Amino acid sequence: MIECENITKIYKNGNVETAAVKGVSFKIEDGEFVAIMGPSGSGKSTLMHILGALDSPSSGTYRLDGRDISKFSDDELADIRKKKIGFVFQSFNLLSRATALRNVILPLVYSGVPKPERAEIAGRSLEAAGLPADRWHHLSNQLSGGQIQRVAIARALVNDPSLILADEPTGNLDTKTGEIVLNSFRELNLNRRNTIALITHELAVAEHADRIIHIQDGLIVEDKKIRANALKV
Amino acid sequence: MKISDLIEETYSSLTVNKMRSGLTILGIVIGIGSVIAMVSIGQGAQNSIESSIQSIGSNLILVMPGAQKGPGMEISSGRGSAQSLTRDDADAIAKQVGSAKAVAPEISRRYQVVARGTNTNVSVIGTTASYPEVRNVEIDEGSFITDQNVRSLSRAAVLGPTTRDDLFGAGAEAIGQSIRINKVNFTVVGITKAKGGSGFGSQDDMVFVPLSTAQKFLAGGDYVTTISVEAQDQNSMSDVQQQISDLLTQRHHISDAQAADFSILNQTDIAATASSVTGTLTMLLGAIGGISLVVGGIGIMNMMLTTVTERTREIGLRKAIGAKKKDINSQFLAESIMLTFLGGIIGIVFGWLAASAVSKFAGISTSVSPASVLLAFGVSAAIGIVFGYYPARRAAALNPIEALRYE
Ligand SMILES: Nc1ncnc2c1ncn2[C@@H]1O[C@H](COP(=O)(O)OP(=O)(O)OP(=O)(O)O)[C@@H](O)[C@H]1O
Ligand SMILES: [Mg+2]
Repeated sequence: MIECENITKIYKNGNVETAAVKGVSFKIEDGEFVAIMGPSGSGKSTLMHILGALDSPSSGTYRLDGRDISKFSDDELADIRKKKIGFVFQSFNLLSRATALRNVILPLVYSGVPKPERAEIAGRSLEAAGLPADRWHHLSNQLSGGQIQRVAIARALVNDPSLILADEPTGNLDTKTGEIVLNSFRELNLNRRNTIALITHELAVAEHADRIIHIQDGLIVEDKKIRANALKV
Repeated sequence: MKISDLIEETYSSLTVNKMRSGLTILGIVIGIGSVIAMVSIGQGAQNSIESSIQSIGSNLILVMPGAQKGPGMEISSGRGSAQSLTRDDADAIAKQVGSAKAVAPEISRRYQVVARGTNTNVSVIGTTASYPEVRNVEIDEGSFITDQNVRSLSRAAVLGPTTRDDLFGAGAEAIGQSIRINKVNFTVVGITKAKGGSGFGSQDDMVFVPLSTAQKFLAGGDYVTTISVEAQDQNSMSDVQQQISDLLTQRHHISDAQAADFSILNQTDIAATASSVTGTLTMLLGAIGGISLVVGGIGIMNMMLTTVTERTREIGLRKAIGAKKKDINSQFLAESIMLTFLGGIIGIVFGWLAASAVSKFAGISTSVSPASVLLAFGVSAAIGIVFGYYPARRAAALNPIEALRYE
């Protein structure tokens, strides 16, 4: 469960202070499928980094599964990311000099999955994300934008994390492929009970979730359920 | 992260930029290679000097005249120039110093020696029959100077093999032939065995004649230039040295030991001095190699720092998906250790080849000791750790978000 209380994030660059998140409070229950929606520059990615234990808030408390992780050490945070969280970054961040498969294998290396099993697990994840098998051994800088995006999704899902944070995961996909990816998130949510936070600036994408948290200029302007959580029906 | 994963990651990141890795390794190869080669030259020199000191005799003590002092002791013509030692001194040492096993006085000087139209400039040593025992000289053909030769002022000469080759041609029959030294005719009666050693002090390029003959016909005086004394054994050397010193001060009526007109050298001291000189030489050569090793190490650090900067985003990503500080740290450390390790191995081979090339083409003896290989190896591993430590720590300390945003 995610609990945010009055979270702010202020970036300091020399004398210039930029308030990206200005005090937001909300809860996300386990198994929820939430969209965080807002215009460009509203603080969505910043918030995602905080939710993902990648960055710590400037003030406020953030509890993940009941524990205030703002006081955790770097290595303890790394451990949480490794075990619980899967990221799809807005800029993907694949290793360009490694193959698609290798990129997906990487989280398995750090979480200690034995070597012989890795390729198979990674393959299943790539399959689920819809990357054609003949592209698995391409270097990731030899893939199209949409293919890169699917590798990034496969990597986020490979460790079967309980919390999936996806920053514009369909930004580079055509409507049809985007639809497939969003449906696969829905399936994960239904079948594996993963908590999913989907970050987007498009209402059409946000409407795939059960709940939309609308932020603008670092503040929550609207937080509404658009359908009953499928799990709870 | 497991060791096998670490090795795999390291291998793949080093092969991505082969050129750069190769050049960095080259720095270490040159460093380690030059340490090995330089130290092998130093140690080779040490070994050959030690063995040539051993070859001049065993448990040897040399008595030499001191400096010739002018009136008022202002003008000194240098140690060894005085004519203060005589045959009688040698006889007295033989008689009165108990632990002296054998005593051989000698008078030596370089002369032009002529035979059948060829000639050569060699060291002519007038000595007695005990010389071969004291100075480890062996006879190959004929015989050495005998006591009878010395008593009868005979004009007999024994040649070193090099001198024989120079005068009569390599391996030619020389016994019975006649040679001229300083316009005096001598008959060759023997040839000594080759001892090896080369250059100015070669033991093989000498002519031996009876002491009395040399004093009368060549030097024109009854002084000797060196008295070689062989002690019973290693332990009695300092005792013998002391006794000789006491005996000679008494015989020469010297009251103040500082004013002694002779000096006594002992083989152990010579060996110690020589090995301290060659030890310094080895250290100096090693230090020259060591400097290039440090330069190579800085090359590693430079490459690792560049790599860390270039791969900032990658580091950020690895941390985002759960890599701990330790994982990142060991990954970068492993890279630099792998570089120095490879450089070390190639460097050892390279240094060893260089050492054999030097001994083959330059004729300098070299010796690659296991200790220097081990040392070079340890040093290269240490360089990997020392120079990789800072870049690795820097990588590990990066904040994942800032690293991911890095352009
Ligand atoms: N490192 C930083 N230093 C200073 N300001 C920053 C930094 N990162 C983000 N910001 C600022 O914080 C604000 C929120 O940025 P954020 O990346 O969270 O926006 P976003 O909602 O994800 O936008 P987009 O939809 O374009 O991705 C922006 O105004 C941005 O300029
Ligand atoms: Mg963003």
